[in-house]
Amino acid sequence: MADVSPPISTGPLAKREARLAWGLLFPTIAAVALVVVLPLLAIFWISVKPVELGDLRAPEVVLREDIRGDYEAVGDKANIRYRLRNSSQEQPIKGVTLTDTLPEGLRVTGLDERCVLDGRSLNCDLGDWEPGFRENLMIPVVVEQAYVDLGLRPQDSPASTTGQSSNVLTNTTFTLDNFARIFNGDEFVEVLLVTLFYTVFGTIGALLVGLFAALLLNKSFKGQGILRGLYLFPYVAPVIAVAFAWLILFDPFSGSANALLLQMGVTSEAINFFGERPLALIMVTVFEIWRYFPLSFLFILARMQSIDSDMYEAADMDGASPFQQFWYLSVPQLLGILSVLFLLRFIWTFNKFDDIFLLTGGNAGTRTLTVNVYEQAFAISNIGAGAAVAVVIFGCLLAFSIFFLKYISREEGL
Amino acid sequence: MSKLRFGYVTGPILGALWMVILAVTVAIAMSFATGQAFRPGILWSLVWGAMAGAGLVALGRGRPVQLGLSVAIIALMLIGFGPVLVGPETSFSARFVGALLLGISFGASIVPILDEITPGALTRHEFEGAVIRFLTGFGYIFFTAIVLIPFYVMVMTSLKNQSELIQNPLDFSIDLSKGTELFRSYDELFTQFNFGTYLFNSFSISVLTVFITLAFAIPGAYAVARLRFRGQAAFSRSILLIYMVPMIVLALPIYIAFSMTGLRNSFWGIVMIYPVTTIPVALYMLQGYFRGLPAEIEEAGLMDGLSRLKVIWQITLPLSLPALASVSLYVFMIAWNEFLLAFMLLDDPTKFTLTRGIASLNSSEIPRQHLMAGSVIATVPIMAIFLGLEKFMTKGLTAGSVKG
Repeated sequence: MADVSPPISTGPLAKREARLAWGLLFPTIAAVALVVVLPLLAIFWISVKPVELGDLRAPEVVLREDIRGDYEAVGDKANIRYRLRNSSQEQPIKGVTLTDTLPEGLRVTGLDERCVLDGRSLNCDLGDWEPGFRENLMIPVVVEQAYVDLGLRPQDSPASTTGQSSNVLTNTTFTLDNFARIFNGDEFVEVLLVTLFYTVFGTIGALLVGLFAALLLNKSFKGQGILRGLYLFPYVAPVIAVAFAWLILFDPFSGSANALLLQMGVTSEAINFFGERPLALIMVTVFEIWRYFPLSFLFILARMQSIDSDMYEAADMDGASPFQQFWYLSVPQLLGILSVLFLLRFIWTFNKFDDIFLLTGGNAGTRTLTVNVYEQAFAISNIGAGAAVAVVIFGCLLAFSIFFLKYISREEGL
Repeated sequence: MSKLRFGYVTGPILGALWMVILAVTVAIAMSFATGQAFRPGILWSLVWGAMAGAGLVALGRGRPVQLGLSVAIIALMLIGFGPVLVGPETSFSARFVGALLLGISFGASIVPILDEITPGALTRHEFEGAVIRFLTGFGYIFFTAIVLIPFYVMVMTSLKNQSELIQNPLDFSIDLSKGTELFRSYDELFTQFNFGTYLFNSFSISVLTVFITLAFAIPGAYAVARLRFRGQAAFSRSILLIYMVPMIVLALPIYIAFSMTGLRNSFWGIVMIYPVTTIPVALYMLQGYFRGLPAEIEEAGLMDGLSRLKVIWQITLPLSLPALASVSLYVFMIAWNEFLLAFMLLDDPTKFTLTRGIASLNSSEIPRQHLMAGSVIATVPIMAIFLGLEKFMTKGLTAGSVKG
């Protein structure tokens, strides 16, 4: 009897489909691997390397060449001088060599023992150089008629040098200094607390304000579309434009907000909104809420409009008051979208860099983890420490993602 | 709470609070519009607002009462005991306009707020209805103010000059007699600061980003949505996870790699890197839409002898034009507004994008109106596109992106 059970292995059609799928996905996977996965691995690598911003340029031999002494008339004695140094203060250069073509009419009278003269071409083997090494190499010469006639100086034919240096990014020196440095002391605790404050209050604030805005617009009236578009402005406008607008609005010397507060008698002297310690953090959090409430507003509104209006009519018949309807009907319906929004926004606020960087540059107690990456890597020029902070951020995100994946599978509709 | 639910309690309280809100609004609006001294008198606001609330509850809400209320507020303001107080130098006309504004807006808005409030005990419905109408009114004023004020300041500052700005930071009135002189900072940005080039750079980079993103995301999204292969579920999930990696973490190695390969400071370097930041979200949005399309049409196409790629090209894509428009808009917006990578990777002033160009204006030597004019130049195109295609944009935003 023939076997009628379905085939166990994948058939040729299914195989072809899978092949096509991978073919279609390949460009994306390749691009993402190149720009996301590779840099992520690089971050881990760099975080255990002692790299400074200056080390990105490999150390090289710096050479200046000139002629010293009298060289105007035949028979004058002069020196060709090569001023050499190692551009790096930290790293050695190995096997340095120098090659140059001497001009016609300069007779070499004495030669450094490391150099060989072959016709007019000079070859020197200068050995290994310590970090920050400098040397003046002198070649004594006597001026002859041809030199006076031609007028070619030694520096007119540029000398070339070679040398090998190990790049700190690719060698095998590892260190944990970067981590020791960033975890060191109160600073890290402060950065962590600031990040937490900014993230938690920024997220919750944006959600609540967005909920309020959504409640306002959850009815059809003339101009609702215009208001909806208007309320999205903060999110759509370029962050740099609105951040500078805020800075100018709240400027301590000539900002309108201060002028207004002074005139109303709320304060007697100008407030430095983005420069004082607790206030600056509150202000950047308020900015975050202002800029991202439109997003939560949009999502909550979309969810609200899909709630069946029959339920409200039934509740009305049963005598539920408007607040009761909101609390017992709307809120449970919105809980799903609110929790997903909270998780997503939490992660995104945690990742936020531009806003704080533009508003305060991380000063006045507003340095979050992301700003700290920039601060360490570029302001203090310690790329390794910056990468170490980035690794810490990545660790936190990994923890969030586990949470997130649990929830996103429940609310796949988003 | 139940003590509050009496007409004679609810009416005055809502009236007083509403008066405070309107007084503050009118004072700020008049200050910003004229630059003259206006400030809300909180105490007077509470007193007159409470009296107005009580009066409306007692006398009913007919036309004459409403009219009388408005006139009374205008008169009070003009004799100097109104909810909005003015400084000694404030001109009479400004004062009169302020009084008119407050009187009419209060009279017109408090009546509907206290619509169902009767002198005696109130039901929960009546009470909460009034509170909700009060909160709604407050909400409209609040949101419109917080959204508009920064943009208003941005535009108005760009039209001023340095001395005017320092003289009176509140004065945003425009001196129309200056004519084209008003737009001097814009003119200087385009003639001396290369903003024409920046605008062109930003535009071409954004458009290229949109096309490259779509070229990658459409096949990817189709594969995830329609084709069966092992790892499909894991793949569609990891797309979102990739989106959670913060840009600053990636920016550091990208900066190093670009420094070493000489891609820093190049147009193509930016064009290479922007699409990768947008592909995951575009893919996620599109696959959601593709899933919603009926598979039967595509199967019919397959039966009729089209290859898969032809099915995508001739059936799926024409059907998903609206989604493509949303995704394109959203990607365009991300690329146009992108700041961090442009800031880190571009140093050469001839290759700046608009956002990078604005960042370069942020120095003490360049007057602030230039900075604001630059901001306006960057904001206006994206706003215009957004308002013109608002429907697509809203749909696109809700379709799968919570990125910020």
